[in-house]
Amino acid sequence: MAAIKFILNGKPHTVDVVPRMPLLWVLRDTLGLTGTKFGCGMALCGACTVHVDGQAMRSCVTPVASVAGKKIITIEGLSPDGSHPVQRAWVAEEVSQCGYCQPGQIMTAVALLEKTPNPTDADIDEVMRNNICRCGTYQALRKAVHLAAELRAKGEGHA
Amino acid sequence: MLNSNRREFLGTAGGLLVGFFLPGSDRAGADVESDKLNAFVHVGTDDMVTLFIHKAEMGQGTVTSLSMLLAEELECDWKKIRTEFPGVDPAFGPMMGVFGSMSIRTSWDPLRKAGASAREMLIAAAADKWSVAKSQCRAENSTVINTATGARLSYGSLAEAASKVSPPAGVTLKDPAKFKLIGTSPKRRDTPDKIVGRTQFGIDFRTPGMLYAVVERCPVFEGKVASFDASKTKAVDGVKQVVQISSGVAVIADSTWAAMEGRKVLKVQFDEGSRAQTSNASLQKMFAELAQKPGAEARKRGDAEAALQSAAKKIEAVYEAPYLAHAPMEPLNCTAHVRPDGCDVWASTQIQTAAREVAAQITGLPRDKVKVHTLYLGGGFGRRGGSDYVGEAVEIAKAVGVPVKLTWTRDDDLQHDFYRPASYTRFTAALDSEGWPSALAARIVCPAFGGMRNGVDFAAVEGIADLAYDVPHFHVDYHAPDAGIPVSFWRSVGYSQNTFFVESFIDELAAANGKDPVEFRRRMLKNSPRLAAVLDLAAEKSGWGKPAPGRFRGVALTNNIGSFKAQVAEISIDKGKLRVHRVTCAVDCGHVVHPGIVEQQIQSGIVYGLSAALKGNITIERGRVMEQNFDRYDVLRIDEMPVIDVHIVASSNAPGGIGEASTPGIAPAVANALFAATGKRIRRLPIRLEA
Repeated sequence: MAAIKFILNGKPHTVDVVPRMPLLWVLRDTLGLTGTKFGCGMALCGACTVHVDGQAMRSCVTPVASVAGKKIITIEGLSPDGSHPVQRAWVAEEVSQCGYCQPGQIMTAVALLEKTPNPTDADIDEVMRNNICRCGTYQALRKAVHLAAELRAKGEGHA
Repeated sequence: MLNSNRREFLGTAGGLLVGFFLPGSDRAGADVESDKLNAFVHVGTDDMVTLFIHKAEMGQGTVTSLSMLLAEELECDWKKIRTEFPGVDPAFGPMMGVFGSMSIRTSWDPLRKAGASAREMLIAAAADKWSVAKSQCRAENSTVINTATGARLSYGSLAEAASKVSPPAGVTLKDPAKFKLIGTSPKRRDTPDKIVGRTQFGIDFRTPGMLYAVVERCPVFEGKVASFDASKTKAVDGVKQVVQISSGVAVIADSTWAAMEGRKVLKVQFDEGSRAQTSNASLQKMFAELAQKPGAEARKRGDAEAALQSAAKKIEAVYEAPYLAHAPMEPLNCTAHVRPDGCDVWASTQIQTAAREVAAQITGLPRDKVKVHTLYLGGGFGRRGGSDYVGEAVEIAKAVGVPVKLTWTRDDDLQHDFYRPASYTRFTAALDSEGWPSALAARIVCPAFGGMRNGVDFAAVEGIADLAYDVPHFHVDYHAPDAGIPVSFWRSVGYSQNTFFVESFIDELAAANGKDPVEFRRRMLKNSPRLAAVLDLAAEKSGWGKPAPGRFRGVALTNNIGSFKAQVAEISIDKGKLRVHRVTCAVDCGHVVHPGIVEQQIQSGIVYGLSAALKGNITIERGRVMEQNFDRYDVLRIDEMPVIDVHIVASSNAPGGIGEASTPGIAPAVANALFAATGKRIRRLPIRLEA
């Protein structure tokens, strides 16, 4: 066990856990932030995606010790009220069905737009192909990423 | 109008509570006694309407579409309606849950009638307050209006008085032409929570003092634990206990990860039992041998045997489909708390009554001491109709005495599923001198997974035995092999493989005579006008017969869950790689409640079916499943997603189902397109270009 410090959704946190413990389980079981999902445990599905210092990371294979001192954003911290352009686009395009993979999809899309503000379909494919959805929301999801890019360009909504 | 127990159970004091009956299946009786009321609507003094529904939400849109049925007749403000999943109660009938694409079909009349009854009671209360005739009042937007004076009373202010009004003996439902909400696509009610991570799925449940568990099971089906050594496991940080349960050995810890770490160093000796030599090859041999001899008769029309013997031309083909896992994104999980006097179960389950039954059996508690709390499902697809994982959680919780959350890993999910069964079907057809089928015989070999009657499993033969095409002589027989692999319903059940078989073979018959696949089908659909209509619509919308250079098309029809579908898939083959570009789907699912959700479900079913058609394959070797995660059990990704065009037929027929509507037709549509492209017939799934 070791005390590990990081900034989570803008607030400093200290956890006393086994350093190898994946960030996913620290978030879910230790801190009770359950918006970040377990899907595969091997970085194969993207459901656990969070941002570490602005980079999309698979929290299921990220030892908590490796994020010491870093800034972590989870789906709960993306916006105070669901108003991030990507979240707004997800509402407008009615992306979610069961919704389980969507926090990971949204976090991946946010990181994509940070790097590529006006992505092509090919840009979306390249990044989003690593996030699995079993409900088949891909068509709506693609539209939502394009819409989010527009909202972002217009400066609408949070961030 | 309902007793205090019911109010207490639903957690509602005051206000208007109206009970009504939602049948558990298509076949449920229409005559209903008041003690069988199983769904409830509450109008609160705060103006909020609560719909308590004995359903679950797994993405199919229940909380939105069922609310629409109620709100349409209740005339309430769409923003003032909410849903709750109540606990299991005898009042909810023998099967509480979501299965068979039933939610809209079984709620269409009852929920509208419930809304109309509550509205009439609120109007009666208002008329009484104003001392005017009811006919002078009308309801609109959660208020009752006095049409003479223009005075208004809110539903909230009338709720108490309305609760003392006798419910109307009968209500007249709106003329569908006057629907304001039904037929429109309001935003899904579950979206706002789902995009901020606030929705509580089963796996997200937490309660003070809760521990976390994982289970090590015998990898071979039907195998058992012989002995185990937990000394290293108990030394792992966070591990609290190790207990044997009927399915394996449970490791209980203070976090999911600690339990997983403990499991890694657990040493278990298994008695692998009698199935340890089972493999895909041994099963295929077993199925093929059975197909040599006649099976139990599933369907007979005319005399197919005689017609085949005297046929001018005969065509024969064998089709095969593999075992498939469901792989919902939310791994299976359940939290249970067992006490001497009661048991709580928190689960994302498709069938709450089954979950309660399992918990009652394991704890020995009376059913009314078992509370099942329904949480959101991160996908179901049939897998969560099983209660094996609920039973495990209850066994573990019973052993440790505190609340325990059991989580399955993805490996557990893929290796211990109740799989869509593998199937082997031989077709023989006789063609007359003009090339039209005069006889069709099908011999189906498929493990039973629905229910046996006279030697025939309904699930294994559906999709073939109910053939819609006009073939004078038709015969289906069936064998149930003892394969020893756990099987159950997978989205669209028997249609999931049988539609591939039959719609591919029909395509073979068309090709054998150089007939156009659309024309060929249409000629044989004289008795199925709704199916013929969707075929025509899909052909028109896809521009059938006029594909762009390098593109090829295939068509397939599906007639399941009371709705009618035609799909046209457009493909290309580039550098030996198959690409599905576009799927045009025409659907007649009767009266449509929420067109947006219908479209979502059509897309969803196609993606689920296309994943299976292109990639889905469970490999059995040495009695165990070799696929362990999404690397070897791959599924469709966004870059492989075709454009899906959905065309809904306007219909005043009673609603059909939609959740399982489009899954069966995509595999044959793609395989038939591949035949158009290459002349090669795909008779085994998943589709392999090189095979």
